[in-house]
Amino acid sequence: MTLSVALRHRFGGFDLDVAFDAGPGVTALFGRSGAGKTTIVNAVAGLLRPDHGQITLDGTRFDTLPVHRRRVGYVFQDARLFPHMTVADNLDYASRYGARASDRPRIIEMLGIGALLDRRPATLSGGEKQRVALGRALLSNPRLLLMDEPLAALDGPRKAEILPYLDRLKAETGVPILYVSHAVDEVARLADHMVLLAGGRVARAGPLFDVMADPAAVPLLGVREAGAVLRARVVEHGEDGLSTLQLAAGTIQLLGVQAPVGAEVRLRVLAQDVLLSLTEPQGLSAQNILPVTIRTIRAGDGPGAAIALDAGGDALLARVTGRAVQSMGLVEGQQLFAVIKATSVAQSAISGGAT
Amino acid sequence: MMLDAAGWTALRLSLLVGVTATLVALPLAIWIAWLLARREFWGKSALNALVHLPLVLPPVVTGYLLLIGFGRNGPAGRFLEETFGLVFAFRWTGAALAAGIMGFPLMVRAIRLAIEAVDPKIEDAARTLGAPGWAVFGSITLPLILPGVLAGAVMGFAKAIGEFGATITFVANIPGETQTLPSAIYALLQVPGGEDAAIKLVIWACIIALGAVALSEWLARRVARRIAGA
Repeated sequence: MTLSVALRHRFGGFDLDVAFDAGPGVTALFGRSGAGKTTIVNAVAGLLRPDHGQITLDGTRFDTLPVHRRRVGYVFQDARLFPHMTVADNLDYASRYGARASDRPRIIEMLGIGALLDRRPATLSGGEKQRVALGRALLSNPRLLLMDEPLAALDGPRKAEILPYLDRLKAETGVPILYVSHAVDEVARLADHMVLLAGGRVARAGPLFDVMADPAAVPLLGVREAGAVLRARVVEHGEDGLSTLQLAAGTIQLLGVQAPVGAEVRLRVLAQDVLLSLTEPQGLSAQNILPVTIRTIRAGDGPGAAIALDAGGDALLARVTGRAVQSMGLVEGQQLFAVIKATSVAQSAISGGAT
Repeated sequence: MMLDAAGWTALRLSLLVGVTATLVALPLAIWIAWLLARREFWGKSALNALVHLPLVLPPVVTGYLLLIGFGRNGPAGRFLEETFGLVFAFRWTGAALAAGIMGFPLMVRAIRLAIEAVDPKIEDAARTLGAPGWAVFGSITLPLILPGVLAGAVMGFAKAIGEFGATITFVANIPGETQTLPSAIYALLQVPGGEDAAIKLVIWACIIALGAVALSEWLARRVARRIAGA
């Protein structure tokens, strides 16, 4: 299923004009607050009527339908459970219209909410509420899932509690998911495609791995958040806590990898954590050294420059100063070495089961 | 506190008038309150003013307007009599109509406040789950505003029971037909030696009013507990 969105909407001095497609899997709508993300999902859900626009699902006009006939599962930032109903009643409310009661046990099991069924929303924790909201959205038998920053209202541990469920959800349900977020780590972990929004426009769109490795995306993601996402396979877990992972260009050692041996994981390597060396470094405390080729060099607005690297087919992104580019004489096509510190890839940036 | 036959008749009639007025006006009040709280439309201010009119007009004026409109020769009165055989003039139904209209603004205000307190985002969530508008109202909005609806109903009922000016102007003061509790008290106070009977009715009026308030408080607490899910 493919969702095609083309919208123009003007409100309060803000001008939204976007067009993008969202295919199967998770499409992340990423942008800072006020970039128009929620406006877009509300228009897809039918809760907002845009000034102009056309939304189609597999080529069929979709935005002419009233909200209740669109069959979108909408997971809101604030859960929005019905306060006067138990968890079970909240779930039944969705299946009453979605008529997918047969999936109820599987969804309850997947989200781990079986023990909560008799409880009222007021007695649930933030993470539990959000899991119930997910289940409720799924039970409405949606053709499309909309998630508007479902983790933004949760603290770190609660987020960590939900993320594995989102991984499972993505793996087990075939519906396209439009996932709104301004947290790069969530997007890097979950998304297959990425639509970068800035000032009401689509600044970049494409497969996640491409967008994240695009030097032009650095200012949009923020210089501290930018960094390529790589696919890696877990080779072994060492007794000292370091795990070995296989990349296209070689192996690297990282801390805190939870996935089992043989699993394919995603690594988000921040651009500011990649060092460049013209010669193969010797006697360095950092052990992860990959031979790379410079694809492009993009000077930033400030003193920095973003450098796209090819590491045996994998894309890496490094951020160095413009002065370093000058003094090292870096040019496109040049071969050199990238150094990644083992401790610099945060645990949260390593996700299991992703492809 | 035993009442004489005339007193009982007035009390029974007052309850009949109050209950009828409340039950008939309540669905309409919920609808109008919902319109005012949730919808934008042309003439909304005018509707709001119209609803509040009985609250600010002298009751005698409301009663007189009812007499002109719903009397036997009034346009609405004639239409209703010819179409449904419904007569208001000098009947207890007229007293109920007057009582309902006087209590209406109080009902609408209480219910509107309750609806405005319901987060529309919750209703949006229900719509995205596939519930059509009427089902959202019935399954989400109505249960959540129930305390407000009860409060409005009790206010309307209390007003209906106590309504005097519009009633006596519209349907006069006919014992057994349109003589409600306030009219009976008023009539008793006009004749020498009527105070004893009047004071009994006054006490009954107090009992009914306090009982209604206590009942609504109790119901609202129960409903609030159920909704909050504690």
